[in-house]
Amino acid sequence: MIRFENVTKIYEPEIVVLEDVSFEIKDGEFVSVVGKSGAGKSTLIKLILGLEEPTSGNIFFEGQNINAVSSAELQKIRRRVGGIYQDYKLLPAKTVFENVAYVMAVDGRENKEIFREVPRVLEAVGLAEKNENFPHELSGGEQQRLAVARALVNYPDIIIADEPTGNLDPYNAYEVLALLEKINRAGKTVLLSTHDREMINKLGKRVITIENGKIVRDEAKGKFLI
Amino acid sequence: MSKFTNIKRAFSFAVADFYRNRGLSLAAIFVLTITTLLITGLFFMNGISNYLVQSVQDKIDITAYFKNDTAESDILVARDNLLAQSIGIKNIEYISQEQALADFTAAHQDNQVFLRALTEVGENPFLPALNITTTSNDVAEYQKVADILQEPQYAKFIEKVDFSQKKDTIKKVFSVTRSITLFGWAVAVVLGLVVLAVVFNTMKLVIDASKEEINTMRIVGASSWFVRAPFIIEGALFGFVSFVVCFAATVLLVYVVAGTANMVLPGFNLGGYFFSNLWLVVLIQLATGVGLGGISSFIVVRKYLKV
Repeated sequence: MIRFENVTKIYEPEIVVLEDVSFEIKDGEFVSVVGKSGAGKSTLIKLILGLEEPTSGNIFFEGQNINAVSSAELQKIRRRVGGIYQDYKLLPAKTVFENVAYVMAVDGRENKEIFREVPRVLEAVGLAEKNENFPHELSGGEQQRLAVARALVNYPDIIIADEPTGNLDPYNAYEVLALLEKINRAGKTVLLSTHDREMINKLGKRVITIENGKIVRDEAKGKFLI
Repeated sequence: MSKFTNIKRAFSFAVADFYRNRGLSLAAIFVLTITTLLITGLFFMNGISNYLVQSVQDKIDITAYFKNDTAESDILVARDNLLAQSIGIKNIEYISQEQALADFTAAHQDNQVFLRALTEVGENPFLPALNITTTSNDVAEYQKVADILQEPQYAKFIEKVDFSQKKDTIKKVFSVTRSITLFGWAVAVVLGLVVLAVVFNTMKLVIDASKEEINTMRIVGASSWFVRAPFIIEGALFGFVSFVVCFAATVLLVYVVAGTANMVLPGFNLGGYFFSNLWLVVLIQLATGVGLGGISSFIVVRKYLKV
């Protein structure tokens, strides 16, 4: 599904964030990318979403070179990705309901479908009662759950979660992790970027370890070893 | 999904943002209202300046004085021939000796010196004349008419043509009126540019507040138009509200100021000018408000779509 081929990312003048990174994520896999802060995890996710361009190398999404596609094609790829971010990336001027409905509208869904699906997904993440609230009226955990609801509602091909539990207390962090495992069991691909040791060790799934911009380990049932 | 659904969604997003960001919406409407009022003011100034220029130019003519013994029928034939020659003549007014005397007496009825002088002369000292005005505001046009009057078929009846005495004055008047018109346009262009900069920066401030939001919209896969359309509609909505406010203000101002304007500029009917150009005023105000609001939003959002 996703393939990195000798990807290097250098921020000018000479900050090497990723160096000659190659790996592949197959359909239905649950892959965790671990590393210290500044190891290059977030850059890796930005590269997949086309938010950054690699200095050299290629990144493929379902065989399409992300940096060679048109802007319209890139947007189509982004619609197939459900993103969960540490800073939530919610739409502050839209209500909880509208935040989830927006991604469905972007995907071209009919109103009937939107009004059926959004309450269901909000119910699933425990935010049904707050559908009229704005993001700033929610707690950190609730905002993260809203981001999860938004990422799930379009049944994307892959969920990319960048430090999804960074701002959460252990209880909410566990809930988000449980949700991601459930999504993966349903056959979806999950890419999780984190530096949460306990979370990774509990998962027992494939772990890619990055240190100083290089992949130092890629194990099928990995542990957090840094 | 139909285009109609997309348009409906863009409208509903725009209306929701318009309402939720009331403070910014009010600021944008205020700037657009001032802008539209300014442009409307320029339109009225243009009308007044045209009226003044035209009033001055209408007073410019050349007069051909005929010999005392020329028959009225010959003068009228000359007038008709001149009109038939299509040499840019707007109007020719025949003033008979009697008419000239009556006009003079009426104009100086309170001046005993002039009236006594007339009595002393004993006979009508005025010559029959043709007052000629041309269609274009150009000295060359008057020169052409003066040259034709030198031709033998007219020259044999004509005592004198006063063009050479008036030539410098005519030149000066046309030069001044042309300068006034040019100055008006220059002011309009400079004000227009200032206004564009102000509106553009206001819309930039409004949309800057949504910079992060636009970024997120792009990350979740929204197409350029899906992001852009609500902002353009919102800008156009600001413009439409400012148009309504401006139009009401214009009607009120015209109603209040019309009487005073008539006193300051006798002959200029502000209300008449407004109502005869009503659709043009509506068009200018709508184009300024809705056009500027929509276009500046379009341009500003483009900057943030490069995600």
